[in-house]
Amino acid sequence: MTRIDATFDRLRAEGKKAFVSYVMAGDPDYETARDVVLGLPAAGVDIIELGVPFTDPMADGSTIQLAGQRALEAGMTLERTLNIVRELRAQDTTTPVVLMGYYNPIYNRGVDQFLIDAKEAGVDGLLVVDLPPEEDTELCIPAQKAGLNFIRLATPTTDNKRLPKVLQNTSGFVYYVSITGITGAASASAELVAPEVARIKSQTELPIIVGFGIKTPEAAQDIAAVADGAVVGSAIVERIARGDSVSDVLSYVADLAAGAHRA
Amino acid sequence: MAEDFVNSYFTGPDENGRFGDFGGRFVSETLMPLILELEAQYEHAKTDDSFWAEMHHLWTHYVGRPSPLYHAERLTEMLGGAKIYLKRDELNHTGAHKINNVLGQIILARRMGKTRIIAETGAGQHGVATATVCAKFGLKCVVYMGAHDVERQAPNVFRMRLLGAEVIPVTSGRGTLKDAMNDALRDWVTNVADTFYCIGTVAGPHPYPAMVRDFQAIIGQETREQIMQAEGRLPDTIIAAIGGGSNAMGLFYPFLDDKDVAIIGVEAGGKGVNEKMEHCASLTGGRPGVLHGNRTYLLQDDDGQILEGFSISAGLDYPGIGPEHAWLHDIGRAQYVSITDVEALDAFQVCCAQEGIIPALEPSHALAHVLKIAPTLPKDHLLVMNMCGRGDKDIFTVAAALGMEMNNGA
Repeated sequence: MTRIDATFDRLRAEGKKAFVSYVMAGDPDYETARDVVLGLPAAGVDIIELGVPFTDPMADGSTIQLAGQRALEAGMTLERTLNIVRELRAQDTTTPVVLMGYYNPIYNRGVDQFLIDAKEAGVDGLLVVDLPPEEDTELCIPAQKAGLNFIRLATPTTDNKRLPKVLQNTSGFVYYVSITGITGAASASAELVAPEVARIKSQTELPIIVGFGIKTPEAAQDIAAVADGAVVGSAIVERIARGDSVSDVLSYVADLAAGAHRA
Repeated sequence: MAEDFVNSYFTGPDENGRFGDFGGRFVSETLMPLILELEAQYEHAKTDDSFWAEMHHLWTHYVGRPSPLYHAERLTEMLGGAKIYLKRDELNHTGAHKINNVLGQIILARRMGKTRIIAETGAGQHGVATATVCAKFGLKCVVYMGAHDVERQAPNVFRMRLLGAEVIPVTSGRGTLKDAMNDALRDWVTNVADTFYCIGTVAGPHPYPAMVRDFQAIIGQETREQIMQAEGRLPDTIIAAIGGGSNAMGLFYPFLDDKDVAIIGVEAGGKGVNEKMEHCASLTGGRPGVLHGNRTYLLQDDDGQILEGFSISAGLDYPGIGPEHAWLHDIGRAQYVSITDVEALDAFQVCCAQEGIIPALEPSHALAHVLKIAPTLPKDHLLVMNMCGRGDKDIFTVAAALGMEMNNGA
C-alpha cells in the first residue's frame, strides 16, 4: 500500500474529504518553496502536489507558467525538486507527495534512473501531463512496477468510450479536470461537476479528486462535497507570486483545507 | 543502423504515430480525443477521391500549381559543377510552400464542421497562408505569433490583419515560435468544440507530422514528373532548408525509396553550431527529447529544459524538428548539415544577382549549401533545390544585416 492509498483509507475512516494542494518546486527560490512544502501537512494538506518546473508547460495557464519561469531562473532542477521531497521526508513520513509536470525533464534524466531516485527521495506518485494512456509504456508502466502511483487526468472530453482506457493503468486517484482549459482558468460549478464524478465513479473504485479554478474555501468545500476531494494550485501560487510570507501562504492553505474538510 | 534493413521508407508512421522511436502522441488528456478524431477523419479523407479532387482544383486555380522546375543556368555556370534546378514554390499564392498544407487542413476542418481556425507562425508565412485560406472560406482565424517575431516580420503581421485574421502577440515564455505553439495548444485545450488547430510544419502529435507531409508531398511529386520530362531521369541530389521541416519533407518524401537519390536537409546554424547554442540545428546540435506532442531532436540543456534557437531566419527559429527527419537522420537515409547566418546572407545576394530571384532567408540556407557542393560535383550531376519561399518579407532584415539604409536607396 502506498502513502496515497493509506491516506484515502484514513480519510474514509474519519469521514473526511481530501484536500490536495499544488505548489511549484523552487518558486520563487529553493528555500521559500521548501519552507512552504514543509508547512503544508500542518496546514491540513492531505496530499502534496509538487510542480516540477518546465520551460514549455503547454497545459498550464500564466500563473503556473510564470512560477516555473521564476523557479528555473532561480536555478531549480529536477534533482533539487527531489531534494525538497527528501527534506520533507526527514520530518514527515506519512503525507503523500505527487510530482506533477511534463515528460521531458524525466525522459532526459532517463526513466529508470529517475524512478530509482524518486522512490528513494520519498515520492509516492507521478502526474505527467503530456503522457496519455497511448504512451503508457514510456513511464506509467515502469513507474507502477517501481511502486509509484501513476495519477491520470480525466477531462470533460474523456467520453465514456474512452474512460476505461484512461482508468486502466491509473492508480492512487483520478484527477478530474473540471473544465476544458488550462490551469487557473474559470471553475466549473459543483452542480456540473457532480454528474461527471458519478460518471467516472461508475467505472472505477479509485477516489476522484477535482481541480482547476478553485480559489476559495467555499469553492473547495462545494467541490469536495460532490467528489472525494479538491485540488487548489494556481490560487496558492498567486499568493507566492505576489510575495506573501510563508506563514501567510500557509494560513491561506489552512483556510482552503478547512473548507474542503467541512464537506 | 544500416539502410539495408529497411524495405521501404513509405511505411511510417506506425499506428502509434511513430517513425522508429520518434513521433508519438505526447499531449494532455483534454486534447487526446481531438487528435484521435482528427486522425480518423484524415484517414478517411486520404482515400477519398473527392477530397483530393478539391485539393487539386484549388492547387491549380488558387495556388497556381504546378510550380515550375527551373534550370538555374547562370548559377550553374558560375559554380561550374552540378546542373542546378530550382523548384519554384516561392511562386505560389502567398509566396511560400506553406499554403499547400493549409489548404488540406482547412478542407478537412470544413468537413469536420469546425468554424474557428487557430495557427502558430514564426516568419509569418504559415500565418499568412492560414489567414488567406480562412478568408477564402469565411472562417474565423486566430494566429499566435511570438512578440519578437511580430516585431521583425511586420509586413506579414499587416497582411494577416488585412486578411481578417486576429494576430495575438505571444509574450509568455520568451515570446518566440515555440511559445506561440504553446499558446495555440492552450487555446485549443480551451476551445475544443469549434476549433481546428492548423499546424504549419511536420511536427506536433500524430497525425500532424504525417498529414502535413502528405499535403506537402505535392512538391516532390511534381519535381519527379518535371525532372523526368526535362532530363529523362531522376535527380542525383535533392536539397531543402529545415526549420520544422515541412518543405523538405514535401520534397524528400516521394524520393525516399529511390536509393540513388542523395537527400540533404539544411538546418539553420545561426552564429555557428557550438557549445553556445546560438543556432537552430536540432539534429546537428541537439538530442532526443519530448516537446509539443512528439519525440524528436531538441535543443535542450542538461536538465531537459528547452533552449531558444537563434537564426537570422524567423522561419527556421524553432528548437525542434519533425520526427520523420529525426528518423531519417538516425537511419542514415538523409544527410543533415548546417549553414550559418553569414553564409545564408551571401547566398541570398548571389541568387538575386545571378538569377533575378529574391529568395526568402529560409531557402537561402539550402542555396548556401548548394554553393558549397555544386563546384565539387560533375557537370552531369542533377541537383534540385527547393526554393520554398520568396524574400519580400525579409528585405528589412537583410538590409539591417548588410548595414544598408532602405529609405534613401543607398
